[in-house]
Amino acid sequence: MKDMGLDQRPEQALYRTHFAQWNERIGAREPVWLRARREAAFARFEAVGFPTTRQEEWRFTNIAPVLRVPFQLAAAWPECSLPDEWLAPYREWAAHHLVFVNGHFVGEIPADGPAWGALARGIRALLGEEPEIVEPHLARGAEDASNAFTALNAAFLTDGAFVRIPRGTIVETPIHLLFLTLDAGTPVVTHPRNVILAEENSQATIIESYVGLGDGQYFTNAVTEIWAGENAIVQHYKVQRESRAAFHIASVRIAEERTAIVLDFSIALGAALARTDIMAILKGEGAECALNGFYWARDQQLVDHHTVIEHVAPYGMSREFYKGILDDEARGVFDGTIVVRPGAQKTDARQVNKNLLLSTNALVNTNPRLQILADDVKCSHGATIGHLDEDALFYCRTRGLDAETAREMLTYAFASDLLNTIAFGPLRRSVGEWVLTKWPEGGMLKELL
Amino acid sequence: MSRRSLLEIRNLRVRVNGQEILKGITLAVYPGEVHSIMGPNGSGKSTLAQVLAGREVYEIVEGEVLYDGEDLLLMPPEERARRGIFLAFQYPVEIPGVSNLHFLKAAVNTIRKQRGLPELDAMEFLALAREKAKLVELDENLLQRAVNDGFSGGEKKRNEIFQMTVLEPRLAILDETDSGLDIDALRVVAQGINALRHPDRAIVLITHYQRLLNYVAPDVVHVLYDGRIVKSGGKELALELEEKGYGWIAEEIIGSPRS
Ligand SMILES: Nc1ncnc2c1ncn2[C@@H]1O[C@H](COP(=O)(O)OP(=O)(O)OP(=O)(O)O)[C@@H](O)[C@H]1O
Ligand SMILES: [Mg+2]
Repeated sequence: MKDMGLDQRPEQALYRTHFAQWNERIGAREPVWLRARREAAFARFEAVGFPTTRQEEWRFTNIAPVLRVPFQLAAAWPECSLPDEWLAPYREWAAHHLVFVNGHFVGEIPADGPAWGALARGIRALLGEEPEIVEPHLARGAEDASNAFTALNAAFLTDGAFVRIPRGTIVETPIHLLFLTLDAGTPVVTHPRNVILAEENSQATIIESYVGLGDGQYFTNAVTEIWAGENAIVQHYKVQRESRAAFHIASVRIAEERTAIVLDFSIALGAALARTDIMAILKGEGAECALNGFYWARDQQLVDHHTVIEHVAPYGMSREFYKGILDDEARGVFDGTIVVRPGAQKTDARQVNKNLLLSTNALVNTNPRLQILADDVKCSHGATIGHLDEDALFYCRTRGLDAETAREMLTYAFASDLLNTIAFGPLRRSVGEWVLTKWPEGGMLKELL
Repeated sequence: MSRRSLLEIRNLRVRVNGQEILKGITLAVYPGEVHSIMGPNGSGKSTLAQVLAGREVYEIVEGEVLYDGEDLLLMPPEERARRGIFLAFQYPVEIPGVSNLHFLKAAVNTIRKQRGLPELDAMEFLALAREKAKLVELDENLLQRAVNDGFSGGEKKRNEIFQMTVLEPRLAILDETDSGLDIDALRVVAQGINALRHPDRAIVLITHYQRLLNYVAPDVVHVLYDGRIVKSGGKELALELEEKGYGWIAEEIIGSPRS
């Protein structure tokens, strides 16, 4: 047996301290089953340890900077009212908002209009009131055996959103889970966990936002689990706009039953280091999934997406389309695996990753992987890395646009076909603005949206 | 008092990738004039057009170009456009993701701003665009599509003329805008050019064929051959070229027939 003594794994010591604190603070007040699951999760974390760049999955993403910071476990936000300006960017969104500050649920802003029939609550509150609702779905185990961050998230399971769309219910209003992190001076770590259950024949749109208030350093370690029942249709957007000093590590696990349709769209704009793992399992026959992603990194940002789509049953379809823009000395990683299990005949899978490098010092590693174990399937993948087209730049300038405006216009044009697929109009416009307002001439391009 | 030329090119020599393409061009275009430049493939016509529009890959070895009395070669391409130079590309560039209408509106407003004119709002611009689209019989659907993206060859050329009529340049350089057009499109393109004719404006038509010149009568026809203007004349020169090709010119300069 390997020796896993304290001295060998000093970077884990901090989390050991956290775990003791957390058990003391909350342990006695939580259900026994939860405590047991958290302890099992912590044991898995100890066994796995933090990943290093010697591991294939983490080859291009060195998490040493995350481990160097003495984070504290984020305490609950003591106020009961939220400052108006925190929510201002979302006022125009006709959505049902659940707001979390430093990982703790603080309140909801219901959408106007008639009752909508979905359950959307903070997990911690539900644990106090109706634990039996969440018990079957929380941190049940071995799925995180190989991922230290997911295990940590389970060990520190604090709060997050629990969303259930009952059978046959079509929820028109998007549900917005807004995770705000404050810049309080001391760096904090949060471990949000979300559970989204879309029962048979239900439909819903869920938007998860991660937003930093201020420029502070903090660490978000999030896990979201999505289950789409037979025939359910789920659109899930994750919009990462963390502070530029923050670390964001997240995983999204999707399981689909027969003929379910799931769209997962990962939009990564913020953080110093951002890593998102997305795993979709198409368990039922004829299930479909679309994984879309857009990343835009500047300065020395690092943004990493690892996706795995696993076709288990026949007649499944998957479409994956990731686009990235990398400027300055930014680095991007896209690693996309498609697995087709022996039984998954007639699978139709397509994957595309396109990258635009705006500077000679920007870098991207793109890595498509196909593991096809069935013989009657259609699978394709393609990856490109390119620069702005000089001919197009010149053409724009001969029409009077200055070089900077032309560059921005063409850069935005690169992303727009993908961003224009965002079905929820307010989100589509907001994402466009969040990108464009960072550009010197972006203001004038806003009307392109 | 003699009139001032709008464009004056003096002994322009241009190199690309170490190879001299333009070998001393001298040419003066006065307001109100239409010049036609003809010449065999590879003689340097597009190079000249691109240099005038400000393409940076070309190295100016010698010579100068004055536009309205000012040194054109010092200006970046957008500055030239804002001062009224328009190049209709031989191969218009596709820009996926940018709508034709938005693109042109951005262009119009940048140019207007530069000239101290108020910017056009969406409604005003749309009205202008529709009017001009009608003039050049450009399908309105093309306005909504991405710039030249998936346009047919003829549609791209028509779109160039459409942009020209909206931007109302003082000096329009049309690089083989008549190539690849059917007879209707040719007439429409000619219509667009003629609508632009004005005593204050000048037009340079680069073409291989007499047929456009049937619609747009040039004041001067130049023959560009191997990087030099080897002959200039009236519109009858174009007819002669059409009839006899370029061989006789080669003979004239080199003094012996080409094998
Ligand atoms: N960027 C470049 N790099 C290398 N050679 C070039 C470049 N641009 C032009 N040339 C060369 O310069 C010469 C003139 O080209 P240009 O396009 O100006 O000819 P043209 O007269 O417009 O011909 P055409 O009638 O076929 O349009 C050609 O031999 C061409 O290959
Ligand atoms: Mg040419």
